[in-house]
Amino acid sequence: MPQPLIDIRKLTVDFDTGRRIVRALHGVDLAVQPGEAVGLVGESGSGKSVTWLAALGLLGSRARLGGQVLFEGRNLVGSAVAELEAVRGACIAMIFQDPSSSLDPVYRIGKQLGEALQLHRGMAGTAALAEAARLLDRVGIADARRRLGDYPHELSGGMNQRVMIAMALAAEPQMLVADEPTTALDATIQAQILELLQEIRRDTGMALVLISHDLGVVAENTDRVCVMYAGRIVEDAPIGTIFAEPAHPYTRGLLSALPELTGPRRRLVAIPGVVPEPWNLPRGCSFAPRCAAFEAACEAAAPASVEVAQGHWAACIRAGGRNL
Amino acid sequence: MNAPLDAPLVQAENLVRHYRVRRGGRLFGEHATLRAVDGVSFALQAGRTLGLVGESGCGKTTTARLVLGLLTLTAGTIRVDGEILPGAGTARWRSLRQVMQMVFQDPLAALDRRVAVGRQVMEPLAIHGIANAGERRERALAILHSVGLQAHHFDRYPHELSGGQRQRVVLARALILSPRLLVCDEPISALDVSIQAQVVNLLLDLQAERGLAYLFISHDLRMVRQVSHEVAVMYLGRIVEQGDPDLLFAAPAHPYTQALVSAIPVATERGRKRLILKGDPPNPVSVPPGCAFHTRCPMAVARCRAETPALRLLDDGRRVACHLAPGMADA
Ligand SMILES: Nc1ncnc2c1ncn2[C@@H]1O[C@H](COP(=O)(O)OP(=O)(O)O)[C@@H](O)[C@H]1O
Ligand SMILES: Nc1ncnc2c1ncn2[C@@H]1O[C@H](COP(=O)(O)OP(=O)(O)O)[C@@H](O)[C@H]1O
Ligand SMILES: [Mg+2]
Ligand SMILES: [Mg+2]
Repeated sequence: MPQPLIDIRKLTVDFDTGRRIVRALHGVDLAVQPGEAVGLVGESGSGKSVTWLAALGLLGSRARLGGQVLFEGRNLVGSAVAELEAVRGACIAMIFQDPSSSLDPVYRIGKQLGEALQLHRGMAGTAALAEAARLLDRVGIADARRRLGDYPHELSGGMNQRVMIAMALAAEPQMLVADEPTTALDATIQAQILELLQEIRRDTGMALVLISHDLGVVAENTDRVCVMYAGRIVEDAPIGTIFAEPAHPYTRGLLSALPELTGPRRRLVAIPGVVPEPWNLPRGCSFAPRCAAFEAACEAAAPASVEVAQGHWAACIRAGGRNL
Repeated sequence: MNAPLDAPLVQAENLVRHYRVRRGGRLFGEHATLRAVDGVSFALQAGRTLGLVGESGCGKTTTARLVLGLLTLTAGTIRVDGEILPGAGTARWRSLRQVMQMVFQDPLAALDRRVAVGRQVMEPLAIHGIANAGERRERALAILHSVGLQAHHFDRYPHELSGGQRQRVVLARALILSPRLLVCDEPISALDVSIQAQVVNLLLDLQAERGLAYLFISHDLRMVRQVSHEVAVMYLGRIVEQGDPDLLFAAPAHPYTQALVSAIPVATERGRKRLILKGDPPNPVSVPPGCAFHTRCPMAVARCRAETPALRLLDDGRRVACHLAPGMADA
């Protein structure tokens, strides 16, 4: 195994909400190799965003972190703000569903791109201007030079998403974490953005973490997928495997809840119940009360992740040996 | 007037809704016409589902509101059981409205956060002066049960329920007057995958039990196929392809339908060639001449820029508005 680019080990996150302390992550293990594309799927509230916000030190002071986030051998958990800022942007960039989280509405796009280039690459003046235009062109914005003078509100949602990607690329990062980058977009625009991310990866060899609630999006754009449920990664497998031989009942449940576009129509198999609240988790396996394969032993303890096949991990007591 | 026996539950003929807007959205820009819906026709039979798909801004919600009489038509007619839908606010409209209810995407916005959900479910009965207090409660409990909620949910407030449960409450409230048509505008878009399946199954069960008709709006083509008997694909205020969803999604005839289908990420077909459209849909204030889709269509020819294609019937029963659709090249 080559040295991972980033290696998250037993990451826990507790939020102090004032009324109580709520554990949002219960020990997440996740490593990304250089150039690899990893998908992170799960229902809302499962901890996808918090995992990467925590890893990049973006959660603020009400969050308490445990475990390790190793980047080039250094542990980022507990690092000084300056060190985190150096990693963020320069080595790892993150983009979000909502471009307004990264784009300031009161500044022209060219100015914002220019600042990113100044910060990360020390560029200024006409060099920065030329590079900003090149970046906009790179993300498929026509007439890039003129667009530099636009404000974010003058662009469509898909265009702003492209600008945000251009901002992330300004630092030439080794890895991009894209948190639901296409969730707010129409299907045809989503296809454009995903295609763009693929192209950039082909050109730069950048690693990608693609967070999505849509298994299909992840399947088409990543090599490996991690499925999260209630603050844990419950399955981690190569893309082909997850669809052909899902080992965790939750993954199986997600797959049967999805309708097909063609072929015979079948009744959907819904997962009963709802995702538990983080302060009210059931005993043992968090998925137990909704699980079709529930047995008494599931309530004993949260199951550890076991390797059911090479590179395929699942956190279920029935995975691996007993009942595949 | 007696309705013809075989009249559809809803017949929409050439619905048009335009807005006067300022060009460029500016306060002092010159006036322009925004064509939100620009000639939409369909028939919906009792107990059936018509799915409406298309990118945001193509006129789905406007169509839905027109059907319910919540918006006035710029042109066109809507018939319910063969009877022309009277103007909003009239007594006849109010009584017709009882048979047509609506469910929106965001259940939290549709519910009053300060009122227990049971009361909100009973409210339509009170508004229409139906039954006494005890009976209303009884009926609300029964309807909550039929959407998969329990008696103890009656006294809960919206924020105490999950997203899926809230959408069930909204459904219960829509169903309490025993409507025959439910207009569902993105009813599952805000829900998680596992919950979407619950709600879709519920909608199908309710249809089987009650003979409800649905106008089902969604951008999720797979979910639309799951529930629909017929589907209409809209682009810039018009229907560009309409017919059996199995047919349309397996072998789309209109390039726009092809693009929508091809945009769906499919787990099992990595690396397939997809049809990726360029750019965003045009602004409905300046709808391109000829075929409105020609600016994004990879197949467009000169005729597409000049001549607006009519929605025409193909041999397999679907309707397509494209000069280049197979089997109609020189029709
Ligand atoms: N700042 C915060 N304070 C308290 N709880 C939080 C905060 N941010 C996230 N959470 C909680 O952490 C859990 C995981 O959230 P998140 O990672 O955002 O989920 P998702 O998988 O949808 O991205 C959720 O239960 C959420 O409510
Ligand atoms: N009250 C209004 N005034 C001006 N334009 C409107 C109004 N309502 C809707 N529109 C416009 O009409 C078009 C169709 O909108 P809508 O029916 O909501 O689309 P969809 O539901 O398919 O996303 C959009 O361009 C929208 O901006
Ligand atoms: Mg998130
Ligand atoms: Mg709408």
